Amino acid sequence: MQSCKGEANVCLGIPGKILKFYDSQGLRMAKVQFGGIVREACLQYVPEAGTGDYVVVHVGFAISKVNEEEATRTYRLLEEMGQLTELAAPEIVEKPGNGRSP
Amino acid sequence: MKYVDEYRSEQLARNVTEEIRRIQTRPWVIMEVCGGQTHSIVKHGLDYLLPPAIELVHGPGCPVCVTPLEMIDKAHAIARRPDVIFCSFGDMLRVPGSEEDLFALKSRGADVRIVYSPLDCLKIARGNPDKKVVFFAVGFETTAPANAMAVWRARQEGIKNFSILVSHVLVPPAIAAILQSPQNRVQGFLGPGHVCAIMGYHEYEAISARYRVPIVVTGFEPLDILEGTLMTVRQLEAGRAEVENQYARAVEREGNRPAQTLVAEVFEISDRKWRGVGSIPKSGFRLRYEFRDHDAERLFEVEEIDTREPAICISGQILKGIKKPHDCPAFGMLCTPQTPLGATMVSAEGACAAYYAYGRHLKTGENSHAF
Repeated sequence: MQSCKGEANVCLGIPGKILKFYDSQGLRMAKVQFGGIVREACLQYVPEAGTGDYVVVHVGFAISKVNEEEATRTYRLLEEMGQLTELAAPEIVEKPGNGRSP
Repeated sequence: MKYVDEYRSEQLARNVTEEIRRIQTRPWVIMEVCGGQTHSIVKHGLDYLLPPAIELVHGPGCPVCVTPLEMIDKAHAIARRPDVIFCSFGDMLRVPGSEEDLFALKSRGADVRIVYSPLDCLKIARGNPDKKVVFFAVGFETTAPANAMAVWRARQEGIKNFSILVSHVLVPPAIAAILQSPQNRVQGFLGPGHVCAIMGYHEYEAISARYRVPIVVTGFEPLDILEGTLMTVRQLEAGRAEVENQYARAVEREGNRPAQTLVAEVFEISDRKWRGVGSIPKSGFRLRYEFRDHDAERLFEVEEIDTREPAICISGQILKGIKKPHDCPAFGMLCTPQTPLGATMVSAEGACAAYYAYGRHLKTGENSHAF
């Protein structure tokens, strides 16, 4: 099956572990670890989650908390199904200043 | 460890299918709604593990698949503009419109970017104040909270060069439309786990009661799907029609309240066209009037674009559970994932694409992928 870098499955969430929280433009964000990949996620919708908790992340937003066992098993299944490609989407880094592209 | 784990779940899977075999007295047709579930069923050959009298049919829950062709054409019309940075999830890029796909547009110089989250678009918009940044907001209830947040933040921050092209669809009206069809064969549903993690499942209770149909909210792991099937068959055999939750470890009846609140603030219910199916009343979201300055369809005046689909394609009947991919003469011949003719072949979550990916176009009824 043909697939492309960053191809997302817009139906399934991916479980990951919250490493640390920070604020970005007034939104509660966190670094979340998915297997060997760390990506940003917005935690506004799961305010009760804390550092070390596992959350299901969907298109960059945590949508629910899960336990570690569930997270590990689901992650492995998604990996087997080739459904982790959304994590390969390029990272957009905010430029300082007015950030006009060159 | 992995081996033991899988062995144990294989034994569990056998126990579940044995139980289904034991209690089932007549044939039943059950639809799994979510494309992730379809993918899992076909990959693991779960439908072959079930007794032949239990038929799983594949539902409309593939957001990429059901995005109407005219919406793809609208996206392309916007992406072609030199003043636009067009952002999308990766899986929309190779969906063909009437003329080409976003990859082709990108290769000819259009600024098309894959994003991981709609919030990425706000970063791009802040960094490119001389460009208009447009996000292709497709999906079911699962992506709506993310898209709602991006628009809400844009308005709050006064980011004027960000808009979204909305093609949001909802699961419950699609289930109701399937049940209202005179050709309907579906007698029970496996409800979509992650959609319900956000929206809860109270909406499904009215459908279950009105149409006398069991709906079991189900996860997408192989064992989840078999358990959900067992719970549905139990209800059918007992003449019950209720909403039950197989996926309690991730889904609560009320769903995610903070997400529902923001979605309701930014979006309102509207009629939507579904690729292959046609218009379904009150089956999607559009932006509320207060957010019209972020509505790409209005800003770029593409509302009038109207596109027809190829006549040979039977994806509408497949999405409603009336036909299977094999029933289509074009399946695997004229129509492949590289040259899709319709909805169910355009994304890996679509029934036709899943059947194709696991070799089911080669020979009907034979499959080497056991659980």
